Amino acid sequence: MWDYTDNVMDHFYNPRNVGRVDDADGIGEVGSLACGDALTLTFKLDAAGKIADVKFQTFGCASAVASSSVLTEMIKGMTLEQAAAVTNQDIVKRLGGLPDQKMHCSVMGQEALEAAIEDYYRRKGGKAPDKYKGVIVCTCFGVTDEEIRKVVKENSLTTVEQVTNFCKAGGGCGGCKGRIAELIDETLAREQITPADRLPKRPAKLTNIQKIQLIQQTINEHIRPALRADGGDIELIDIEGDKVIVALRGMCAQCKMAEFTMRDVVEARLREFVSDTLTVEELKD
Amino acid sequence: MNNAIYMDNNATTRVADEVVAAMLPYLNERYGNPSSMHTFGGDVAHDIARAREQVATLLGCHPEEIIFTSCGTESDNAAIKGTLTMFPEKRKVVTTRVEHPAVLTTCRDLERHGYSVSEIGVDRAGRLDIDQLGFRVDDNTAIVSVMWANNETGTIFSVDEIAELVKARGAVFHTDAVQVVGKIPLNLRDSNIDLLSLSGHKLHAPKGVGVLYVRKGTRIGTFMHGGHQESGRRGGTENVPGIIALGKACELAMRHLDEENTRVKALRDRLEQGILSTCPDCFVNGDVDNRLPNTANISFEYIEGESILMMLNKFGVCASSGSACTSGSLEPSHVLRAMGVPFTAAHGSIRFSLSRFNTEAEVDFVIEKIGPIINRLRELSPFVPKAAAR
Repeated sequence: MWDYTDNVMDHFYNPRNVGRVDDADGIGEVGSLACGDALTLTFKLDAAGKIADVKFQTFGCASAVASSSVLTEMIKGMTLEQAAAVTNQDIVKRLGGLPDQKMHCSVMGQEALEAAIEDYYRRKGGKAPDKYKGVIVCTCFGVTDEEIRKVVKENSLTTVEQVTNFCKAGGGCGGCKGRIAELIDETLAREQITPADRLPKRPAKLTNIQKIQLIQQTINEHIRPALRADGGDIELIDIEGDKVIVALRGMCAQCKMAEFTMRDVVEARLREFVSDTLTVEELKD
Repeated sequence: MNNAIYMDNNATTRVADEVVAAMLPYLNERYGNPSSMHTFGGDVAHDIARAREQVATLLGCHPEEIIFTSCGTESDNAAIKGTLTMFPEKRKVVTTRVEHPAVLTTCRDLERHGYSVSEIGVDRAGRLDIDQLGFRVDDNTAIVSVMWANNETGTIFSVDEIAELVKARGAVFHTDAVQVVGKIPLNLRDSNIDLLSLSGHKLHAPKGVGVLYVRKGTRIGTFMHGGHQESGRRGGTENVPGIIALGKACELAMRHLDEENTRVKALRDRLEQGILSTCPDCFVNGDVDNRLPNTANISFEYIEGESILMMLNKFGVCASSGSACTSGSLEPSHVLRAMGVPFTAAHGSIRFSLSRFNTEAEVDFVIEKIGPIINRLRELSPFVPKAAAR
């Protein structure tokens, strides 16, 4: 059972500011049913430009509800500049802490707030602070590289597992873990933090046997789990030089997206972990 | 929590009072080692022999076919790995996508050692595709492992039919039966099952004791090297209090089998019907026609399982969920996903699993409380206004 603080439980059992503000000035919607949590935040400003009313609706666990509830309490009476400076760490602090695996609930609160503020600026026809640019890295949970850089920077994260705890990226099929590790390295290098553990780099030169073993290992560890998540499977048939011949099984075999799976998952992973020169071919029976 | 309303019996069960009474002497005065050459220890060996008979009676097999282990997971590991060591030329294992992690992670780990693992899927009701299974079992297959009933949905698989099919293809058949022992009648003498796992704490014995049934003539490697205990297959001084307790629990289970399939089943049906008629937008997961008598798995749309559990917990009601949030992983139950239950409904799934210790008053209390809980959480949910406006 989760070790929730009394404050988390209080906000879960007695959530503050539930609902939607009528005629809202800003609406922020993040998450989805599929992701397992989602939050809609609405606010209205007073004449002085301060948040006069703010309400939330949350689909999610106790910590998601509590994070949303406490956030509404925190930002009531703030100007939008003040509210925009609220971080997920502030939410965690106000709750008296969250379990590691639940940190993403506080990040979701912060993201909904940002989205609502952006919505406000968009409605006014003004320029929104450009926070939503970014390339999707984790396709399972729809997390961008910008969002990953942000949680890494603001929470001094050093491992992929931590990133998953904070923003869910990498928590689905796991196919993006390599890219997340790169983003961590890159962000930490910019912030001049030395991480304790980095991903092993790709070997420089391989014998044929080593190459075959590494291809098999990459399929087992980085490709098959991703396909299995969707009910598919993959089998290594043969290797001819740089040509890797595989067969897709299960759901993948009938999948209309198979072509993309081959290119974006199978070939990309093999190139990432084994060699840039590899090409993949599908054997059809 | 003394007045807990415990409806999480597929996770673990209350140790029956008679079982506690039976094991207590082995924690104080009867502490002898059954292997010793004195009556003080030797008497304990006789008591273990009796426990072995009690287990065999419940399973419908010979006492010599019972090996005591420490838990269901150990039995599953021993069955699969112990079989593979006896058939080094065979490199394939067949199992299902809805197995308990004790089997599934064991099999997936074998992949890293060069074995190929075939996982059979299920349909929307959680039923196995037996033709597909038959198709996958070939000459290279050492062992097929299929659970007797699923722990999350209670769906029962026709393992007798599968065992026959597997035997015809020359492979060993193992079944993880931790959820069925004590809940449905078993008679292994009339089946082709080679190996079967059970766990004490799922049938009102304490945690820390399990069994691997090994049909006479089945080749299986030693899985714990040590002394001559358990015919040399599993060394280590016996967990005497646990074994005595399991024996007693099996004897009681035999006596209560009818009750499980009449009174407990009626309670489950009452609970399920009560919930379905009180709460809109919910449905039952699993094969309702072929299910354990004690299990109800219900998905509530638009809301999330952990929240439901926390609300139930406030009233002392204990259940479990296939939601991602409860496990700390980010994905909902692998069983519900294998069944194609939409993510949305999998996140809001709750499993109630009853036992003979539950009462009608408890069931009615849960039915009374669940409606307001679901309404309350739906008020909080951003999805309801849009989705439920039909």
